[in-house]
Amino acid sequence: MAQIIAIDPITRIEGHGKVTIHLDDAGIVSDAKFHVVEFRGFEKFCEGRTFPEMPGITMRICGICPVSHMLASAKACDGILGARIPPAANKLRRLINHAQYTQSHALNFFHLCAPDLLLGMESDPADRNVVGLVRKYPDLAMRGIKLRAFGQNIIRMLGEKSIHPPWAVPGGVRESLSAEQIDQIRQGLPEALDTAEIAVNLLKDNLDNFKDEIRTYGDFPSLFIGLVTPEGGLEHYDGLIRVMDSEGRLIEPGLPIDRYREIIAEAVEPWSYMKFPYYKPAGYGNGEGLYRVGPLARINICDFAGTPRADREIRQFRRLNHGKPVLASFYTHYARLIELLFSLEMIEELIEDPRILDPHIRAIAGANESIGVGIMEAPRGTLIHEYQVDDCGIITKANLIVATGNNNQAINKTVQQIAKSYLSGFEITEGLLNRIEHGIRLYDPCLSCATHAVGHMPLHVQVFDRNGSLINEKTRD
Amino acid sequence: MATSTNSKARLATVWLGGCAGCHMSLLDLDERIVDLLALVDLVYSPVADIKKFPEGVDVTLVEGACCNSDNIHMAREIRLKSKQVVSFGDCAITGNVPGMRNRLKVENILSEVYADGPGPAPPAQGGLPVLLAKVLPLHQVIPVDVYLPGCPPSPERIWLAVTAMLKGEPVELPAEMRTLG
Repeated sequence: MAQIIAIDPITRIEGHGKVTIHLDDAGIVSDAKFHVVEFRGFEKFCEGRTFPEMPGITMRICGICPVSHMLASAKACDGILGARIPPAANKLRRLINHAQYTQSHALNFFHLCAPDLLLGMESDPADRNVVGLVRKYPDLAMRGIKLRAFGQNIIRMLGEKSIHPPWAVPGGVRESLSAEQIDQIRQGLPEALDTAEIAVNLLKDNLDNFKDEIRTYGDFPSLFIGLVTPEGGLEHYDGLIRVMDSEGRLIEPGLPIDRYREIIAEAVEPWSYMKFPYYKPAGYGNGEGLYRVGPLARINICDFAGTPRADREIRQFRRLNHGKPVLASFYTHYARLIELLFSLEMIEELIEDPRILDPHIRAIAGANESIGVGIMEAPRGTLIHEYQVDDCGIITKANLIVATGNNNQAINKTVQQIAKSYLSGFEITEGLLNRIEHGIRLYDPCLSCATHAVGHMPLHVQVFDRNGSLINEKTRD
Repeated sequence: MATSTNSKARLATVWLGGCAGCHMSLLDLDERIVDLLALVDLVYSPVADIKKFPEGVDVTLVEGACCNSDNIHMAREIRLKSKQVVSFGDCAITGNVPGMRNRLKVENILSEVYADGPGPAPPAQGGLPVLLAKVLPLHQVIPVDVYLPGCPPSPERIWLAVTAMLKGEPVELPAEMRTLG
């Protein structure tokens, strides 16, 4: 009899969701779906607010990457001002963004994924968490905690708070750094870089243990989308939109960000609150318009990083698929750690630039344009804020496309691939549950973000027959 | 906490309709996380793999407002199984940012957000929870013992409140730590 299996809640991801696996009469996986089960409606309740409020409201979409929303929002507001922000404000925004990459990528690796990578995918779920990691690898866990704190402290220095800092504003930023604070950051960098190098080596040393996972955890051709610098370098804050296919051909070498609607459209499915963006010229539903964003996409599409440690690793990364884009999502772990190195190197570069101390950090203007688009790379991928305002600067329309939304099709495809590889018969094993969850965690899905319109992700597997009646279900307990 | 001397207090943390920022602030305890873990067993949390809310929890920190039917069920289960429940952060205490949708009709929000399709709007399929007509603060759904304000509460507030509760003492935050926002 045809069945559906559901995993609910999915844990150790930043959000709430569930998975259903659909079996045919012979017990073979016919489909698998990743459902996002929360909805908060930011796009609608922001209508009627004044545009300078938007960074403060929209950063509360997500407590993990509030800085990304704050900056994408501030950039959309810069567009409404029609003003160019001062160079020091640009550097300070880049600095806080790299600080956020540091804390977010450290969180994903040390707190959420290292338990699987170091304790084992099928290890006891009671220990398979950061507490278990602290017990078994106390030095490493403590280093991870300190690395995350290094990033959070920079955010706190600039914005008073590490989470929801009231800092970026239309036209620039509210506070600069003092020379003493820069010195404090400088002193923390060597240990932070050491920890990042340890993480890179640890991951590379362990990759051989995960050959099956590399082959089955989301290894498929797709498009890759992200920002690059005008020269084609790795970029997280500004730049041009690049689209690459799975052979490495540049379909869009560098599209200006305000033209994003020419290439990205969104579809809706009745079984998830998260929308399904797709590459518009290829269409939806045929698989051709499926794209990935995030660390794997960014490292694939860029020509270089421009910092020595990150470029050293990118050269090794390129060999994984003989110079072509790396298609296995498992290598997102590697790409993420390359970006961790890059962000720390960029922090070093930015604080050593004396122009960052220039006191002019905010351009003052009113609402001069009716539309503002802010696109940046959040840790999990491309993030889009677009606002329309009336003559008084009141929001009349807001459109938000978040990183995890951009990966929605890819996450679904990854879940299908893992289910097909590891589910045999109707038996739902603990290992299968965790493999599916790890596959989802590769995209580091920020379901807080995904649920701006959308939300929460617990793991619950249900098995349904072809008529939709529930046959079997398992919630891990 | 009134627990037997030979067992550690049982701590749970739950995330309802919120942004995870309160949980991130808990992680901002940094090295003190390890000290906290020496005092408690973390029996349920978004950062651990336990899927079902356990029995006999001493302290449960609840982040987020009640936005949908799942949140209501979870809140009731937490109350039944926890000695002390904490409204952890402004969303649990006031509804905060998720509550900003309360001036709008749910049907209108859903139909407008998903208007462009293609296909029918959620939650038509897949067993998605139904949105509440109004987002509710936690104390309108279950009795709450302690309120820990902030968007998010700072790590210092969390440390003071949680350590007091673990010692069985009343939570008495200084006035400057009793602010929203």
